[in-house]
This record gives sequence, C-alpha cells and structure tokens, in this order.
Amino acid sequence: MKKKNQASATNRYLVIGLSLFCILMMVLSSFSDVAGGPFKVLANVTVIPLQQGINQVGGWLGDMSDNFETLKQVRSENEKLQEQVDSLITENNYLQSERYELERLQELYQLDSNYAEYEKTAAHVIGKDSGNWFSTFTIDKGSMDGIEVDMNVMAGSGLVGIVVETGPTWAKVRSIIDDSSNVSGMVLSTSDRCIVSGDLSLMSDGQIRFEQMENNENQVSVGDQIVTSYISDKYLQGILIGYVSEVTVDSNNLTRSGYITPAVDFKNIQEVLVITATKAEMTGENQEE
Amino acid sequence: MKAMKFKRFLITAAIVAAAYLLQCTVFSNLELAGVKPNLLIIVTASFGFMRGPREGMLVGFAAGLMTDIQFGDMIGFYALIYLLAGFVNGLFERLYFDEDIKLPLFLIAVSEFIYGIIIYLLMFLLRSDFNFLYYLNRIIIPELIYTIVITLGLYPLILFINHRLEAEEKRSASKFV
Repeated sequence: MKKKNQASATNRYLVIGLSLFCILMMVLSSFSDVAGGPFKVLANVTVIPLQQGINQVGGWLGDMSDNFETLKQVRSENEKLQEQVDSLITENNYLQSERYELERLQELYQLDSNYAEYEKTAAHVIGKDSGNWFSTFTIDKGSMDGIEVDMNVMAGSGLVGIVVETGPTWAKVRSIIDDSSNVSGMVLSTSDRCIVSGDLSLMSDGQIRFEQMENNENQVSVGDQIVTSYISDKYLQGILIGYVSEVTVDSNNLTRSGYITPAVDFKNIQEVLVITATKAEMTGENQEE
Repeated sequence: MKAMKFKRFLITAAIVAAAYLLQCTVFSNLELAGVKPNLLIIVTASFGFMRGPREGMLVGFAAGLMTDIQFGDMIGFYALIYLLAGFVNGLFERLYFDEDIKLPLFLIAVSEFIYGIIIYLLMFLLRSDFNFLYYLNRIIIPELIYTIVITLGLYPLILFINHRLEAEEKRSASKFV
C-alpha cells in the first residue's frame, strides 16, 4: 500500500513538473524563437524523413479513393469541358490581343510588378496539420534550401499562404484559408483594398471572406479578381488570391464585404512554389537603389 | 529486466511515432466529411488506462510535443493537453479490464470530446468567436465519430502488442525468482 502511495505521489510530481515545463515553453516561445530551436532540429532528424516517405503512400491512397468518387463525374464533366474549351479558345484569342496591348502599356509605365518575374522554387507538401481546426502544412524544403520566414507560397497561379517557421529541411506554411490568417488584398480592376481573412466555417465550402472594402462608386462584381495589395508588408504585390463570388454592402453603408473563391484548390495541394524573396528584402533593395 | 524495459520503451516510441506520422500524412488524404480522426488521442488514452498515469502522460507529452513542433503556434500547448489527457486516463487504470471494450471506447470518446471543447475554448472563444454550435456540428462531433470508428480497429492492435509485452515481461521476471 505504501509503495503504491509513493508511486502515485511521484506521478503527481511528474505531471505537475511536465505541466510547468509546457507552460514555461509556451511563454518562452510566444516571446522569442529561441525556445523552438532545439526542437526543430529534433523534428528534422526524426519525423520529417519518415513523413516524406509515407506521404507518397498517403497521396497514392488519396488518389485511389478520389478515383472511385470521380469516375462517374468525369464523363459528364468531359462533355461540359469540351464546350468550355470551344468558348475558351475564342476568349483566349481575344485576351491574347489584349495582352499585347497590356504589354505595350506596361512598358510605357515601366511597370515590373508582374509576379511571373519573381524567382520561385518548387517544394512538395509532406504533412498536413494533425488536427481539424487549423490549416497549416509542412513542405520538404527548409532553411538549408534558402527558405526563410515570410516567404510567399503559391500553387499554380494563386496564393497559397506564407512560410511561418523553418527548420533545416522543412518549413511550415500557413494557408490563407486558415482561421487565423489575414491578407491585405485589392480588386485588380479598381485597386480598392480589402482584408481577406480565412474562416473555419467557410473552409468546407472552399471559400474565404473579405471585408472592409470601401463602398465607393467603383463597381465590384462577381468574378472580379482579388490580388495581394501594395500595402502589405509580407505579401508581394499582385499575386492572385481568388475571384469574388459574392459582394454585399455592409449595414454601415461605408464598407463592403463578401466572399472569394480561391484560385487554388486547397483540398489537393501536392506541390507548391515558394517565392524566394521576401517583401522586406525587395523593398529594402529598392531603397538602396 | 533492464533490456525488457528498453524494449518496451522502444516499442512504445514506435507506436507513438507511427500514429503521428499516419495522422499527418495518410489520414490527411482520407478525410471524411472534412475531418480526420485523432489517432494521437487514441494512443495516449489507451496507454493511460492500460499502463497507468505515468506512461499515459509521457506518451501524451511526446505526441503533443511533436504536434507543437510541426504545427503549433507555440511549443507546449498541445503537449500540455495530451499530457493531462494521458494522466487523467491513467487514473482509470483500476477500473480497466482487458476483455471489456466498453470502458476504453467510452474513455477515448470522452477524451476526444473534451479535447475538441478545449481547443475551441482556447483557440476560438478567446478570439471572441461564439459560434460554438457550428464548430460542434462541423468538427467536434464528426471527428468524435470518425475517431471511435478508427478506435475499433486500432485499439485491439495496441492491446495485442501490450499483451505480448506483458507476457514477455512476466517470463523474464520469473526467470530470476
């Protein structure tokens, strides 16, 4: 009996000790990055290499289940797409002509903000958030590959998120649909600024919210492109976020808000492009010139 | 005896690592209704009531710490939650019998539910997000159901490994007597 009491006493001390350790680490890590350092290296040698391997199996399994689901849809979709291709070809011709005009005008204005010129490096997604509440993921490149915190991450043509943490061979990316993410965006056609914020309740619909757009005479309609704005200190200018899917005037009559359909399919991200320049670097260089 | 302890430690570590890796790789691709099951709480709770508070909390601590390093905003947050989950489940060791699957299922379900509530309270309510019913229907309950389904497959496996280890431990202990 005595022995048992002793054991439960040490257990109690252990739980209190470890809890204190956790709380201490929380306080430390919310004030500085130093606390996380050793743990990152630990993760680097243990779970990251395994994750990289297993993830390929997971991707394969996911593909399999997707195959079953989509087999029926594919046929009907194919017909629809064929029609779309026809209409797109005509639209494309029209856009081509417009592009030449745009290029000419850009030269005139000496604009070089087109994000096609940003240098990018490709990376694989190797792990997703273990819970259901947030939407962060890890990629298989880290500080040894030149990835730094605050670098923008894209997939295809749209913005995915931003690097919030780096380890030697991995980096953590917070996607823009994450509930705690806010991005300063603007309407491409009118340059009206707005705040684009992720929302857990919209995540399943694949949408994100924007708000605080000035309610002025500029028309914003469904389908307009929202890109990252020029005032953000972390996001590079002019990266496509998505298309407006709904816009309403707020009850205060001063601002507008609504929903955006992101340009990226967040359910199936496998490869991403990391822009290897942060906004801080770019603006810093500009000042020196 | 020492070799036995080492072996148990290694196998436990392997189980935790495997659960964690499956959680954030394979199961991310096997989401149902937009949620994935919480393998870590299954492993933490199982070790709690099978092996007592000490192992429960150490397993939980390790599982939570890995989550913190890779996905958390601050180190120690998930570690603390899983640590306490393991410890509290360990207190039920006395009531636990191998043959009975009702108590483990119940304990894991309750742990998972409380885990969901705590995450909501600390991460969402504190940011003045009061839409509790939505989160309950959208995440907490589906995750709970999916986790229980996975438990039905995973728990017997953990139980089996534990049985084997315990039998081996008994054998090596009786050798010395």
